[in-house]
Amino acid sequence: MTTARQAGLVACVTCGRVDRRGAEECARCGDTLPHQSRRSLQTVWAWLFAGIVIYIPANTYPMLRTSTLLDKSESTIIGGAIELLHYGSYGVAFIVFFASIVIPIGKFIAIGYLALSLRRARPDRVHQRHLLYEVVEFIGRWSMIDVFVVAILSALVQLGSVATINPGIAAVSFLLSVAFTMLAAQSFDPKLIWDADEEPQ
Amino acid sequence: MVQTEERPEKATGNALYACPVCDTLYKEPEVPENSIALCHRCGHVIAAPRSDAFARVLALAMTSAVLMTAAIFFPFIDLQAGGIHNRTSILDAIQVFSSGLMVPLAVVVALLIVLIPFLRLLAIIYTLLPLMRDRKPYAHAKAAFRLAERLRPWSMAEIFIVGVAVALVKVGGLATLNLGPAFWAMSGFVVVTVLQDTSMCRHTIWNSLEATDQ
Ligand SMILES: [Zn+2]
Ligand SMILES: [Zn+2]
Repeated sequence: MTTARQAGLVACVTCGRVDRRGAEECARCGDTLPHQSRRSLQTVWAWLFAGIVIYIPANTYPMLRTSTLLDKSESTIIGGAIELLHYGSYGVAFIVFFASIVIPIGKFIAIGYLALSLRRARPDRVHQRHLLYEVVEFIGRWSMIDVFVVAILSALVQLGSVATINPGIAAVSFLLSVAFTMLAAQSFDPKLIWDADEEPQ
Repeated sequence: MVQTEERPEKATGNALYACPVCDTLYKEPEVPENSIALCHRCGHVIAAPRSDAFARVLALAMTSAVLMTAAIFFPFIDLQAGGIHNRTSILDAIQVFSSGLMVPLAVVVALLIVLIPFLRLLAIIYTLLPLMRDRKPYAHAKAAFRLAERLRPWSMAEIFIVGVAVALVKVGGLATLNLGPAFWAMSGFVVVTVLQDTSMCRHTIWNSLEATDQ
């Protein structure tokens, strides 16, 4: 089994077409070809760091500001999930908690682990690590649920003095955090995982 | 699929293919219709051509475009509270945000659930329309299909649908809500998009774009 890198070639990320190193443009799809056969981890670390930093205000500032005839209240991400528990909507509370807390934090840890684990090549772990990467790629987008909930509620509940719901600043921070971690996952090159399993020539 | 150690010569250059996941090198695969080529090493689906795939994907993409248009303009949710009756379409919802700090939120939501899914559909239709009739691709078809591929993770209609369900529960105490036709149109859009993405073989499309290009 030979890899494109071992053959001294670069592969197009978009369509898989292989070309000699130094070629500018993919002959099949026209995409710009990378100069190295592996994408660098630096971009991954940069996006991941940005995602983690902005996740902090997303949790401390209010996500939703509700005012009704009787009172005014503000709720954070976690507060919103707890409120749902009080209503007895356990299923929905679980979805919100999972999408807004478990997935983002799990994703930070998973991407960090994948990037760090590359320093220790473990051919026996390649399949596990690849599975983790696929899960992260697939599930990460679903964190966006809470942003949509806030947007929908704020658009709907504009009933003057009866009830008004407005988004808080955390909605924007959370949105950015999800986008940044998606970019971190997208810039991670899965080939780096498989290099541990490369047969020596 | 045959693995290769050497670089075969071809008029167009090296007809070699590397698995995008694990970098394993292959001779350009010739995959018969209705069969699947998997990477030996990592199991990634390299090609899965189907008969009449272009016509099928096109039909699905056009259906999606109609459903998406309906989802944008028809009422999405019907709200009643304290004698107030509020009918909101996605277009209204986006306009509510057109003031204050939350403009960026409105812009991003509009992008993720309306503009990006729509742009992706147009790019796919633009790419496949001439290919289905064995014609030369339109100008910049390759760039259009690259765009469609790149936008894929950012098209989030299905996540929005789940968001609507959560919002319904949250607002339960404040008002009575009914789902309008646009909600069902968007749910339809989500289903059709899944069908479309699973019946689309990227490898076949890139090969056809390359072959008809010269
Ligand atoms: Zn390419
Ligand atoms: Zn592979």
